[in-house]
Amino acid sequence: MIDILSFLIFFFIVCSFYIISSLGLNIQYGFTGMFNVGIAGFFAVGAYTSAILTGPNYADTIFGGFGLPIILGWVCAIIVSGIAGLLVGLITLKLREDFLAISTFGIAISLQLVALNVESVTRGPNGLYALPKPFAHIFDSPFVSNVCYLIICIVVITMIYYALERAVRSPWGRVLRSIREDEVAAEALGKNVFMYRLQAFILGCGIMGLAGAMYANFVRFISPQDFLPIFTIQVYVMLIVGGKGNNLGAIVGAIVIWALWSASDSLINFIVTPDFQTQAAALRIIIVGMVLVLMLVFKPSGILPEKKHVSG
Amino acid sequence: MIQYVVDGLVNGSIIALGAVGLSITYNVLRFANFAQGEILAIGAYMSMALIVLMGVGIGSIGPVSFGWPLLVSIAFSIVLTSVTVLLVDWMLFRVLRRRSASRITFIIAAFGLSLIFRNIITLVAGADQMFLSFYIPKAIPVIGNFKVVPDDVVVLIITAICVVVLHSFLTSTTVGKKMRAVAENPVLAMVNGINVKSVIRWSWVIGASLSAIAGTLHAHVTQLDPEMGFELILPMFAALIVGGVTNVYGAVLGGFLIGLTEAFAVSMDLSAYRGAIAFLIMIVVLILRPQGILGEKERDD
Repeated sequence: MIDILSFLIFFFIVCSFYIISSLGLNIQYGFTGMFNVGIAGFFAVGAYTSAILTGPNYADTIFGGFGLPIILGWVCAIIVSGIAGLLVGLITLKLREDFLAISTFGIAISLQLVALNVESVTRGPNGLYALPKPFAHIFDSPFVSNVCYLIICIVVITMIYYALERAVRSPWGRVLRSIREDEVAAEALGKNVFMYRLQAFILGCGIMGLAGAMYANFVRFISPQDFLPIFTIQVYVMLIVGGKGNNLGAIVGAIVIWALWSASDSLINFIVTPDFQTQAAALRIIIVGMVLVLMLVFKPSGILPEKKHVSG
Repeated sequence: MIQYVVDGLVNGSIIALGAVGLSITYNVLRFANFAQGEILAIGAYMSMALIVLMGVGIGSIGPVSFGWPLLVSIAFSIVLTSVTVLLVDWMLFRVLRRRSASRITFIIAAFGLSLIFRNIITLVAGADQMFLSFYIPKAIPVIGNFKVVPDDVVVLIITAICVVVLHSFLTSTTVGKKMRAVAENPVLAMVNGINVKSVIRWSWVIGASLSAIAGTLHAHVTQLDPEMGFELILPMFAALIVGGVTNVYGAVLGGFLIGLTEAFAVSMDLSAYRGAIAFLIMIVVLILRPQGILGEKERDD
């Protein structure tokens, strides 16, 4: 019983990182119609920021190991990822949407190369380890500290959810949706389309950075291998399956897809012999890709379609 | 030093041919095709498949370490890659066009497609590296001390032929002219009775053919692995943007520029950052001259 419970707790904690990323993407893609292909990159920025600020001092790095409080690490992760989003947005948001996609894709790849090669800060492929986890020094039992962590996750998700719900229902959110639907019309009504897009983009990137930081302080070890493009695709599948433009959909989609992903993982380990693990892993990614493409073709609005708001 | 320049030009021709495919999809179908790298990889693996089936190696002509078997397999790969791409267009992009889906939907679909292709390659051919032959580049002296690898020269010649053929196709054939008309203004083209559907099919075939050639040449001078397309996509996008998205020759120019810069980076011992360097050049161009070197300011449509 306790095994199942601790598995469920673990499952929902990891799922939380996807939920938060999916909510961050929803503000960019779901509400404003911006295609960010660098989710893994902004997630990594948050993870490394928190790891460097809160982590221990390693013998082989020249920068980092500040041992700051975790909450400070998370706040800085939001800020640094937001700044990364600001830089990308400033350059590309005035251009055709393809350029944003290409640039965010490039950012994610470049950041991975930096994480892999700037060993004096990131320890390269060896990664940063022994990162602090909240409550881990208070409770010896990993079960209790995981329960605490799950509570933190739920609190954070609730806060983000309500903040985003308020934001998208506000006049600000209405402008975002109007930009998504018809950019020229929004511009004609005197809205500074670029500024609104930039704000939404920075907000989304900051949220993704927070997800990365929470991931780092939970698994306590990060390396460039954790931030591959498959992560970006997973988050897209979650948001599109759940329902883009619907914050509850973003959450539901993340849970559903993460459950399927975890279940297939256990299934592969259970029935596939080690010789065919590579093929099985490839097959699983093909299925995820197929789900994405099929959703785009047959049900682009997702499980929980966007609600139509009528003002007044 | 001269070897770095030659390496840069060879790598650049592969990026250039791939970027032409990107440019055509971008201008005719109007989206950034994230699956373009995988189309190159499919082209390479199709050639590999025929070479394995024929079982006679890749032949040789004089000092060049490949001959008719490789050329035959390229022809075979051009056909199969084109068929694959047309099939995907029919199953996926045609449906999205009919629903007049947003451009973002096309890009996401292409991004998903690249992941699917990449993993189908892993599933069918395995994740390990493969080689078309036991090719070891050997430089021979041309004039005095100036040495070149014969295969590198042939790759450059093939690229030059492709660009010339493409140019005459676009300027002298009816299909080519129609294609330029659709790229210029799809609605006006349609009003004038141009069959946009056939233009779209031709665009895919030309992009796929050039990709099959580029992918096979790339496989010949380096190796095959499922990630090969993924590693080429960022340099190709960079080439497209640096050269100017609206100009197909810009993609060629951009390809060579990116290839040379990457080779320069390797010579500076920065090979670990190769992917990031293409990206950096792209960002600089986006800041200074967003329309690219040869591009015109885009109408937003």
